[in-house]
Amino acid sequence: MPDAKGRRIALGCEGSANKLGIGIIAHDPVTGEPTVLSNVRDTFVSPPGTGFLPKDTARHHRAYFVRVAKKALSASGAGGRKPLRGSHRDGAGDNGGVEPVVLYVSGGNTQVIAYAEQRYRIFGETLDIAVGNCLDRFARTLEISNDPAPGYNIEQLAKQGGRVLLDLPYAVKGMDCSFSGILGRADDLAAQMKAGEPGPDGEPFTPADLCFSLQETVFAMLVEITERAMAHVGSNQVLIVGGVGCNERLQEMMGAMAAERGGSVYATDERFCIDNGIMIAHAGLLAYETGFRTPLEESTCTQRFRTDEVFVKWRD
Amino acid sequence: MPFPANVPLHPSQLQTTEANGKQKFAKINNHHHNSTRNHITDSDRTFKPAQNPENTITKLMDTSPQSPPTKKRKMATDTIAAAAPAAIEDQQEHQFPLPTILTHPSATPPILITQGAEGRLYKTTFFSPNIPCALKYRPPKPYRHPILDARLTKARLAFEAKVLERCRREGVPVPAVYAQNAAAGWIAVEWIEGAPVRVKINEWLGQRPRNEEEEKEADAKEKGPLVELMKRIGAAIAGLHRTGVVHGDLTTSNMMLRPPAKSTTDQGKETNGVNGVGSEEAQEKAKLLEGDVVIIDFGLANQSQSDEDRATDLYVLERAFASTHPRAENLFEHLLESYKQTFGKKGVSVLHKLEDVRMRGRKRSMIG
Repeated sequence: MPDAKGRRIALGCEGSANKLGIGIIAHDPVTGEPTVLSNVRDTFVSPPGTGFLPKDTARHHRAYFVRVAKKALSASGAGGRKPLRGSHRDGAGDNGGVEPVVLYVSGGNTQVIAYAEQRYRIFGETLDIAVGNCLDRFARTLEISNDPAPGYNIEQLAKQGGRVLLDLPYAVKGMDCSFSGILGRADDLAAQMKAGEPGPDGEPFTPADLCFSLQETVFAMLVEITERAMAHVGSNQVLIVGGVGCNERLQEMMGAMAAERGGSVYATDERFCIDNGIMIAHAGLLAYETGFRTPLEESTCTQRFRTDEVFVKWRD
Repeated sequence: MPFPANVPLHPSQLQTTEANGKQKFAKINNHHHNSTRNHITDSDRTFKPAQNPENTITKLMDTSPQSPPTKKRKMATDTIAAAAPAAIEDQQEHQFPLPTILTHPSATPPILITQGAEGRLYKTTFFSPNIPCALKYRPPKPYRHPILDARLTKARLAFEAKVLERCRREGVPVPAVYAQNAAAGWIAVEWIEGAPVRVKINEWLGQRPRNEEEEKEADAKEKGPLVELMKRIGAAIAGLHRTGVVHGDLTTSNMMLRPPAKSTTDQGKETNGVNGVGSEEAQEKAKLLEGDVVIIDFGLANQSQSDEDRATDLYVLERAFASTHPRAENLFEHLLESYKQTFGKKGVSVLHKLEDVRMRGRKRSMIG
């Protein structure tokens, strides 16, 4: 919908997992330059030691949708009407890099992606659970707070660790990896810790040591599969997206790897890493500009929409 | 895929490949310029300072103290392309520190072939100056915890040597192991002539019409050589699995296409003639995909006879193949078919398992 300045405006709604996000973006009709008008999110936080259940998040989303939407609209200064948006599940379009390899790490996804011939191709991914899910569930084992996010609290706790590296499985297969075995072993170690058993150096170990060891292990795996994809496609740029991408230890490790290959890492912060409405609005508007239309009565939701299912018409 | 990009290329081919690499890169750059990516960056710039000045896009460039400055490295690469061989060695010594084994005065000056994901591949000689050898060196990874790094490097190298020896014993065509030092992070193996399958397939596909419809119209027979290659790859993997080895990182970068001996080439020509691919051009093209498939880079290999591990091996390749050669994705079934035929009963159950593995990865719940 054009605004007073003739810009196209789109509103994107994101309601996956326990987050509800609404974002409004404007594209200049001539240059295509996008401007973020507003980007609002509300998160359902479950008590420590528990995960969120679909019925609770659904209740949360219903209760907060109007509030979040009003906040997004008033912050953007846009009026009430909105064009129908397309949907794009991830933030793969959100970067400032030279054609990079994208590491997409969140509670639901762990993928190594690169763009080729109209699609974001998945080079590697988890063979079982997502890395964010592994971290979230381990936070539950340790009964760490879920506020603002379990992964964030693991990151803070890990900073106090480092005295010992506890032995966890390391599961990389080519550009794929797996996390369920690691989670199982970490849970076992947590049980040992609670029972007061000593660690490998004979000293008792702490939740901080466990968080440190878990992060060091799973992030090393992620950096390794990313590096393998970079060597494979001949890129030295990396973009990290998804909620786990906020983790500064992961960014630091990735930076060290990329620097050694003469490249660099692009990472963004929680506003664009974690589920947000802007990525939906932006992708929807890009699709709209290439002629993609969905009549209101035909619009539906596709859960489990995979990164490589989207035909990217707006790029070469 | 420890040493993927331009693995054991003949030095004379090195420059061509490098040029190809650059070409590809330049093309990719173009994508970037008129793409969404610029837009988003711009939006971030306009958006961020007002909202949250601390949380700007972090660009972690060359923060690691171990890394040489990017500029210097780039210069080094440029010089390699132009300089005389003697200068190449000098430049390379500046680029990366050599493993101790390659600093001994008796060794043939090593040439850095590629920087793979796991480490660096050098071409040097073993025992006598006439025996070329590939020396793979896995330097410590600065990003990895030192204990974890040492554990992984040592275990992987030891496994690689063990698995290669086993394959060799069983007659599976793999590079022979000359020497290794797992603690020091290197292994010296036989030099395989030829080019990676990935390069050959892309070269071959590159000569085909770009337009999808044209491609469909093109004679189905024309895909013959590629189908044949897919079958040879399938048979090679079946041979590997039969010995109780799973590769752990199958991609088209980790397979070499070793050019056939002269007599085989002549035979090939005859066969092509019989098949009706008459013109000289077509013959040249058909020759592109000739040769023995030699699987390399066993850095993530393991000994296993389980259907699950074998199926995962195939799944990793299937995905790597589809993402690397999207235009030939539909030919993967020929590989699987040939795998099944070569492997017999076992192959049937592995392919059955492959369907499970596919579902697990792809249709996983996105909740959580």
